Amino acid sequence: MKITFPHLGNVYIIAKALLDDLGLEYVIPPFNNRSALEIGARYAPELACLPLKITIGNLIQAYDQGADTVLMAGGNGPCRFGYYSVMQKEILKDAGYDMDMIALEAPNGDLREFFRRIKRLSNGKGITQVLKIVKSTVDVAVMTDELEKLCFRLRPREAVKGSVERIYKSFRGKILNVKGSMQIKQLIKDTAEELLSIETDSRLVPYKIGIVGEIYTTIETSSSFNIQEKLGAMGAEVHREVTLSGWIIEHMIKKALHLPRDLRYAAAAKPYLGTMIGGHAEETIGNSIIHANDGFDGIIQIYPFSCMPEIVAQSILPKVESDTGIPIMTLIIDEMTGEAGYLTRVEAFMDLLSRRREGKAYCI
Amino acid sequence: MTVRIGIPRGLFYFKFHPLWETFFTELSAEIIISPPTNRRILDEGIKCSVDEACLPVKIFHGHVQYLKDKSDMIFIPRFTSISQNEYVCPKFGGLPDMIRQSIKELPPVIDTEINLRKNPKQLFKAAAEIGRVIGADDRRAARALKAALAAQAAFEKKQAHSVMSEKSAGIFDAYSRSGERVLKIALIGHAYNIFDSYANMNLLERLAKQGIYAVTLEMLEKKAIDENAETLSKRLFWYYGRQVVGGTLHIASMDDIDGIIYVMSFGCGVDSFSCDLASRLVRRKRDIPFTVLTIDEHSGEAGIETRIEAFADLIRRKRAADENNVSASWQCIYNC
Repeated sequence: MKITFPHLGNVYIIAKALLDDLGLEYVIPPFNNRSALEIGARYAPELACLPLKITIGNLIQAYDQGADTVLMAGGNGPCRFGYYSVMQKEILKDAGYDMDMIALEAPNGDLREFFRRIKRLSNGKGITQVLKIVKSTVDVAVMTDELEKLCFRLRPREAVKGSVERIYKSFRGKILNVKGSMQIKQLIKDTAEELLSIETDSRLVPYKIGIVGEIYTTIETSSSFNIQEKLGAMGAEVHREVTLSGWIIEHMIKKALHLPRDLRYAAAAKPYLGTMIGGHAEETIGNSIIHANDGFDGIIQIYPFSCMPEIVAQSILPKVESDTGIPIMTLIIDEMTGEAGYLTRVEAFMDLLSRRREGKAYCI
Repeated sequence: MTVRIGIPRGLFYFKFHPLWETFFTELSAEIIISPPTNRRILDEGIKCSVDEACLPVKIFHGHVQYLKDKSDMIFIPRFTSISQNEYVCPKFGGLPDMIRQSIKELPPVIDTEINLRKNPKQLFKAAAEIGRVIGADDRRAARALKAALAAQAAFEKKQAHSVMSEKSAGIFDAYSRSGERVLKIALIGHAYNIFDSYANMNLLERLAKQGIYAVTLEMLEKKAIDENAETLSKRLFWYYGRQVVGGTLHIASMDDIDGIIYVMSFGCGVDSFSCDLASRLVRRKRDIPFTVLTIDEHSGEAGIETRIEAFADLIRRKRAADENNVSASWQCIYNC
């Protein structure tokens, strides 16, 4: 069994920790680039959401490197992601890239089947050991997201432009050469130290920008033109509440074990969006309001073309904008978008924020 | 004074209108239904909805615009789920919120949630809640619901027989009298795409003109749809998604169906998966001609007319050629 999985930001680091500790063989697809999208767009239905297309591209590239089994997360809707595992399996089969699919979920509520799948992955290890490994993996997820947050904080403050990006990019590559959660955790710690030692300009007061929207395009930043990194270079401190560790802990673990979850975003969203409608629509609206109340300078919503929950959120955000006064911009991503157009809009948005800031200074 | 309830003629109206009309009439409310979709309604809808919304949702916005100053309340229930273990679609779940933010000066909206995903009895709770909004006690609401469900069942029974309107049936009969072979084509799609004749440019009539008798999901045996849907490795969690895939697989085993036309709205998330899955799975089962008609607010009539004509032509020629054992490769042009 040679396992593979699609890319989603730093999920490859989390998966690597898990699979290394379990002693399983795997293939990591090449980091997302134009060709993964081109390959995927050839086989996926035209109106499928962008993440399905890119992930299929990843899986085909992994197949070419010898992968025979796909590890995917599951879901129960209404967002399409819950059905990705089935669509991927069928599309790959018809395209001649037939692979086994292990979706981490209880299909149709069948818990026994869920445990059977876990057993396949445990590679002969006992339940205590597997639980220890899962705990270690979750720690890696949390630490990786903390590292990303550190980069968001430092990017707008770096004295030498590009220092953070250089270290972070190198880190993402170095991960491929270490093995097991212990070594990964050590590498994360070392990288954090390296980042904290770079020269920063304390005079700079960055803008605070909240990134909201669909989970894939906001976490897999290469799919959205690395806008979050570029915002750092433009002098903005990016905050993104939706993270991989957040999803694993709040959505997968706490929900399954019926533990109390952090639902502040849902409370904030309630006057605008009555219920959970799927995807991250509630988070998009709730977090926009929370950010506005925390004095953020602006919000950028990012989502792939035809994403149903985000379309609903988009129609509601103008009311959030007029009620709180915070500028909100929406960027919709599909496979045909040209980078320049997007960057121009982001630059214009930053211009708007800077003029507002000057305006505020005069009002004192 | 009787309260005037505005019911937009869009989305689930096409599926549930006997249920709603009977329910409100039993509770002595006056119902005002918007007219069938027309140019003005479509334009108004496009103007006030977000660009990315699918056509049926934009049309719905237009209907609400029409009703807002003609009624005391507008009926826009929040349809999270109408069947066990299934959702409808995120836009249905967030519809009242979308409408509230997009349309100004709305009268009060009845946005009771219908969520039968875990508990089918929730419908009774919802009916009682709606009844309370218009001043009816729970017992009256329960009685009204009972009558409404009976009316709905009668309507569905009628639809199971045939969905073609009398007008289409007239054209159709004339056609078959001329001796040309009549085709039986499965027409797969959401009720609001199949039965809104402005949105689909009089599709049912056009099909009849080409000598095509349409068989829709409403006309298929529910048990057969369910059995076929069960064959999926993982249950599809959208109501229409499951109907579409189960229905299409069932159709593959119906020898008297000549082809499948799938009607979908541009940008429909659920259909982007269901249509693809249905066509993949049906292709593995049987070599049946399959074409997709995508509708959006820009569709020109000539396009749809040509595609239907060409599809009908293809099937008739294939039937003729099959007698000479020509390969089925012709339909690859039309398969989605």
